Amino acid sequence: MLDKVLFYFFAAIAVASAALMVTRRNVVHGAIFLITALLAIAGIFLQLRAEFLFIVQIILYVGGIMVLFVFVIMLVNLDVALQQIQFARKKWVALLVALALAGQVGLMVWSSGKMPGQGLPVLTAAAAEHLPPNSETVAHSLFESYLLPFEIASVLLLVAMIGAVVMAKKRT
Amino acid sequence: MSAAIQATIEFVKLYWAPLLCGVVIVAILPLIVGYIVLVERKLMADMQARLGPMRVGPHGLLQPIADALKLLIKEDIIPDNADKLVFWLAPVLSVGAALLSLAGLAIGPAFQIAQDINIGILFVVGISALGIFGIVLGGWASNSHYSLMGALRSSAQLVSYETAAGMALVSALLFTGTLNIKSIVEAQSKEGIWYVMLAPVAFFTYLVASIAETNRAPFDLPEAESELVAGYMTEFSGFRWSLYFLAEYTNMIVVASVATTLFLGGWLRPFSHVPWLNFLDFVPTLLMVAVGAYCIVRVPKQPVRVQQMFMMAVAGLCFVVGLVLAVPVLVPIAKPFYAGIHGGFWFIFKVSLYIYFFMWLRFTIPRYRFDQLMRLGWHFLIPLSIINVLLVGVALIAGSYFNLHGWGLLLVTTPAAVIALVAALLILAAEKEHDERQQPNTASDFYAG
Repeated sequence: MLDKVLFYFFAAIAVASAALMVTRRNVVHGAIFLITALLAIAGIFLQLRAEFLFIVQIILYVGGIMVLFVFVIMLVNLDVALQQIQFARKKWVALLVALALAGQVGLMVWSSGKMPGQGLPVLTAAAAEHLPPNSETVAHSLFESYLLPFEIASVLLLVAMIGAVVMAKKRT
Repeated sequence: MSAAIQATIEFVKLYWAPLLCGVVIVAILPLIVGYIVLVERKLMADMQARLGPMRVGPHGLLQPIADALKLLIKEDIIPDNADKLVFWLAPVLSVGAALLSLAGLAIGPAFQIAQDINIGILFVVGISALGIFGIVLGGWASNSHYSLMGALRSSAQLVSYETAAGMALVSALLFTGTLNIKSIVEAQSKEGIWYVMLAPVAFFTYLVASIAETNRAPFDLPEAESELVAGYMTEFSGFRWSLYFLAEYTNMIVVASVATTLFLGGWLRPFSHVPWLNFLDFVPTLLMVAVGAYCIVRVPKQPVRVQQMFMMAVAGLCFVVGLVLAVPVLVPIAKPFYAGIHGGFWFIFKVSLYIYFFMWLRFTIPRYRFDQLMRLGWHFLIPLSIINVLLVGVALIAGSYFNLHGWGLLLVTTPAAVIALVAALLILAAEKEHDERQQPNTASDFYAG
C-alpha cells in the first residue's frame, strides 16, 4: 500500500516536472524542473529498493551533470537568449519520434501482459529484508559477469575525455 | 492482543521514532550552530588578542540567542528584479540538503535517524552535495553581478574539490569494503587501528577538500568580502541569510562527521582494544568536571548577580553531564548503556575537534587567489588522491599476501602514502615548470574578478 502511494507520488512529480521542464521559457526554471524530475526518478529507484541506483542517480545526474548545466546557463545571457527562437518546430519529425516511442512502450506493456517472463519483467513483491544488498550486487555484475563491456565503456569514456581535453587545449 | 501491541511498537519504532529524532535535531541544530559561531568568534578574538563578545550573558554565552532573535525580526528584503520564486527556493534548498544529510550519520552506536542504510556514507556525501544548488540558484536569482560571480566561483570550486574528496573517500573505503556507516566504524574497531593511520594521505586530501567544500577560509572565495561584498549571499538578509548560514555550519558538521566516521574511528574511544588503557574511560567525566570547576572559579569575577547565577547553572550542567558519563563506567548495572553514552561523547568530541581545527586554519592562513585555488585542486589534490587510491589498493593486496592485520598493515600502507605524496609533488613541480616555460605571467583568469 505504502509502496503504491510512494510510486504514484514520485511518478506524478516526475511526469509533471518533465512537462514543465519542456514548456518553461526561462532556462533556469527548466533546469530546476529537470532536477526535480531526476530527483523523483531517484525516489522511484529507492521505492524499488535499488538504493545504490538511487544514490548514483543523485550524485551523478543531480549533483554532477545538472551542476554543470546550471553552471553553463549562468554564463549565458538570459535576456538575449529569451529573444531567440527556443524551439525548433519540426512537427513531423517530432510526431514520428513520439509515435515510435509510444509504439515501443505500448508493445512492452502489451507483451508483458501476454507472455509472462517476456517484455517487462513482473516480479512478485519480496520483503525488503530478503533482497540482496544492492551495491554488492551491482559490483558483482559489473566486475564479474560484465567485465568486458564495462572495460569497453571505460575506454570509450577515457577517449571522450582525452578528446575533450585536446579540443579545449587547441583554442588557447 | 500482545501481537497487536508488538505491531504497534514495531510501527512506532519504524516510523515515529526517526521522525521524532529528526524534528528534535532540526529544532536543536540552530542552537548548536549558534554556539559554534560563538566559539569561532571567541577563538578569533583570542588569536587577535581581543575579548570577543562579552556583553550578553557571562563571557557572551547568550550572544547566539540574541543574534538569532535579531536575524528573525529583521526586515525581509527581496530585490525588485530578483526571480522571486527561485530567490525563495534557494536558501531552503541549501539548508534542506544539509539537514537531510544529517539523517544518515550515526552519533554513537545507538543513535542514527536512518538506521543502517546500506549506502550510508554515499547517502551523506551525495545529499550534502545538493546544497550547491542553493548557492548557485541564489546567486543567479539575486540578479546582481556580485552574487552571480560568487555563485560561479562556488560551483567551480565545489565541482573541482568534490572529485578529490570522493577519491579520498574511496581510498578509505577500500579498507572497509562496506558503505554502511556502522559497519565502517565496526571495521575500525575490529582492526584496532583508525584509518587515519592507514590512509594518512586520504585524510589529508579529505581535510583540504572538505574545507573547500564548506566554503571556509582559506578557500572562502565564493564570499570573499574584499572582492565580492558577500558573494552569493549579497542580496540576502534576515531570515534567508541566516538559512544560508545555518546550511554552511551544518555542512561543517556533516563533513566533520564523515571524516570522524571514516578516518577517526567514529564513536570508538582512542585505543578501545587495549585493556590497560581502560582508565581513558574516565577522561570524559574528568573533562566535564574540569569545565564545571573552571566555571565555579570564574563565578566571583562576574559583575552582575544574574550572570553569576547563569555561570553556576552552566557549572551544574557540566557536573550533571559528567555524572551521566561516569555512571556506565562505575555502576555495573548501567554497563549496557556504556556504548551509547560514551560513544556519543567521543563522536561529538572528535567532531568538535575537527571543527576547531577548521577555525584555527581560518585565522591562520590567508585567503587563496582563485587561480591558486584551482591549481591546488586540479594540479595537486586530484592527482594525489588518484595515485593514492591506486597505491592503497596495491598496499592492501600486499597486506593480504603477507597476511597483515591491524597495526601490521602500517608496514605496507606507509610506503604507499609516501610514494603517493612524492609522486604528486613531482607532478606539481613538473606542471609549474611547464607553465612557467610557456607563459610567464598569466596568473589571472575569468573568475578571478
